[in-house]
Amino acid sequence: MSTVSGREAVSTGNVARAVPGHDPALSAGQATAGRPIPPPRAVSATRAWLRLLGSEIGLTFRRPRNLAMLGVLSVIPVLIGIALRMFAGAGGDGAGAPVIFERITGNGLFLTFAALSLLVQLMLPVCVAVVAGDSIAGEAGIGTLRYLLAAPAGRTRLLAVKYACVVVFCLAAVTAVALSALLVGLLLFPAGPITLLSGGTIPFLDGVLRIGVVVLYVTAGMAALAAVALALSTLTEVSVGAIASTMVIVIVAQVLRAVPQLSVLQPYLLTEWWSGFDGVLRDPVATGDMGQGLLVFAAYAAVFCSIAWARFTGKDITA
Amino acid sequence: MSRTPTDAGLAVDVPGSRVGDPGGGARREAPGAELSIVTSGLTKRFGSGQVAVDALDLAVPSGSVFGFLGPNGSGKTTTIRMLLGLVAPTAGEWRLLGAPMPGGVGGVLSRVGALVEGPAFYPYLSGEANLRRYDAADPSADPRTVSARIGLALERVGLAAAAGKRYRAYSLGMRQRLAIAATLLGPRELLILDEPTNGLDPQGTREVRGLVKEIAAEGTTVFVSSHLLAEVEQMCSHVAVMRAGRLVAQGPIADLRASETVRIRVETPDVEEAAAVLAGLGLPEIRLGDGDVSAALGAGLPERVCAALVTGGVAVRGLAVQRPTLEDVFVGLTGEGFDVDG
Repeated sequence: MSTVSGREAVSTGNVARAVPGHDPALSAGQATAGRPIPPPRAVSATRAWLRLLGSEIGLTFRRPRNLAMLGVLSVIPVLIGIALRMFAGAGGDGAGAPVIFERITGNGLFLTFAALSLLVQLMLPVCVAVVAGDSIAGEAGIGTLRYLLAAPAGRTRLLAVKYACVVVFCLAAVTAVALSALLVGLLLFPAGPITLLSGGTIPFLDGVLRIGVVVLYVTAGMAALAAVALALSTLTEVSVGAIASTMVIVIVAQVLRAVPQLSVLQPYLLTEWWSGFDGVLRDPVATGDMGQGLLVFAAYAAVFCSIAWARFTGKDITA
Repeated sequence: MSRTPTDAGLAVDVPGSRVGDPGGGARREAPGAELSIVTSGLTKRFGSGQVAVDALDLAVPSGSVFGFLGPNGSGKTTTIRMLLGLVAPTAGEWRLLGAPMPGGVGGVLSRVGALVEGPAFYPYLSGEANLRRYDAADPSADPRTVSARIGLALERVGLAAAAGKRYRAYSLGMRQRLAIAATLLGPRELLILDEPTNGLDPQGTREVRGLVKEIAAEGTTVFVSSHLLAEVEQMCSHVAVMRAGRLVAQGPIADLRASETVRIRVETPDVEEAAAVLAGLGLPEIRLGDGDVSAALGAGLPERVCAALVTGGVAVRGLAVQRPTLEDVFVGLTGEGFDVDG
């Protein structure tokens, strides 16, 4: 049955029972206040979906906690930049530091790659886990979930919108880091053509383009983590529980990754692929690792979104 | 497929009958009369094995103000959650506005306004932004009229002045009003209000009662749950009584009252003589009190009783006809008092 006929049925129903003297065009909720409201018009499913997504995104990006996290994320590259600038060349040359860090003082663009490869290990996952872990459990916790579903948002629709919104947040978080690092890098260090890890040189703008590729890659990695957090979020009414268990999963994966004897597990760990974007700093771009990484991300996203869906659509909402 | 609510095996207990009383009850509703809510054998058993709702057969006629009465913990909220598709029943079926559920949830719930187990909103958003959020969740709500609809809903519950205030700063009564405003965002055919006067002061309670009457006058069916007998008695045309997950009675309030007899009470110092006169008139169920006598009046006329008492030389200090309250009905049905606080 289409929404159109449903709506029309409503207005006819009200006309039939309208109190004499009331304008029949006014429906139940509006008859007394006297201000006319045009009869409801059919809303396309896509438009309704986008409206809910817009509401969700608005809520996410107005929430002080989320804004604070984005703020912290964009401050860290500034700190890294200042530290490198102040202590540039002062001792400890390259002792254990990733090769990318040594290059920052030579070209500001490298600060972006360095900041992303550093933050992707813990800071970005924490922020994504907070937002995604809170997405369903948080609504259940304050009781708004029952009203959204009674509205009726539709369980599949709500879950899809929630995930889409979290992916948007992932993109925003990664972009915040990248933009801040890019600006600081350009302010504090020389800019210009970039010498790649493979030895060749590419123009500056080409380098910025490659940063864009890295941003998308890291976002994909975070989106995969967001699917895990979303699935956990459907299991509880306490968002801290979902957030904490997501972080436990990340930390366990990092630990497993660090044990050489368990190297057989490594290709299956989400965390193994998050910083695997070195390939863009080679010429030609080494797509092998990144392709593999994207496959792993897609697999995680598919599996955990399915778990979330199966759980959420069959769940009793008692909160 | 046919949309007649009585189809598809939904044998409806005729309104006006006592549950489990096969012969009783007047047939006020024509067979197949429009019903906004029908449930048949609706049962919810939670994982712990506890049966929250046991084989519930509700029939809520369209256009009624239907009081869903029961002490706290008697299964009212679980029933409402099942009606709205939030909780899946263990057994049984139900229809909302004629549509079989839960398949029809998407199409039907837009026409149903619901207040479930107290208000719930985002504390860091204003009242208005909160309503906007819920409106966005309804796929058939028209975004072009959202501001006007929200304005009207807030006006109706008297919150227009506090629209821009953060929900966090709302008092308990304002929160309850905002939740009621949320049920009035669109044109509704059915309102499901779970304890709508919780947390309201007497003035707020009166306002909600007035609002419910006003909404009902516009043709909207109102299904209102409460643990307050008096409240239901003042607002509702129909009532269903729950006790420990089971339906004890349902039907028009007048019919239920008719199941308890009208009594006549005589205040007099001459208790024995008065009792003799009442017995002489053939009135049953004579009860002697301290300084008063009462009897079932039935269809008898109070003026005849009065005349007989005076003729019999009984000193009458007061004479009162006592119509049964819902509480009397409830006591009659369950054999126990209605524990207000559960």
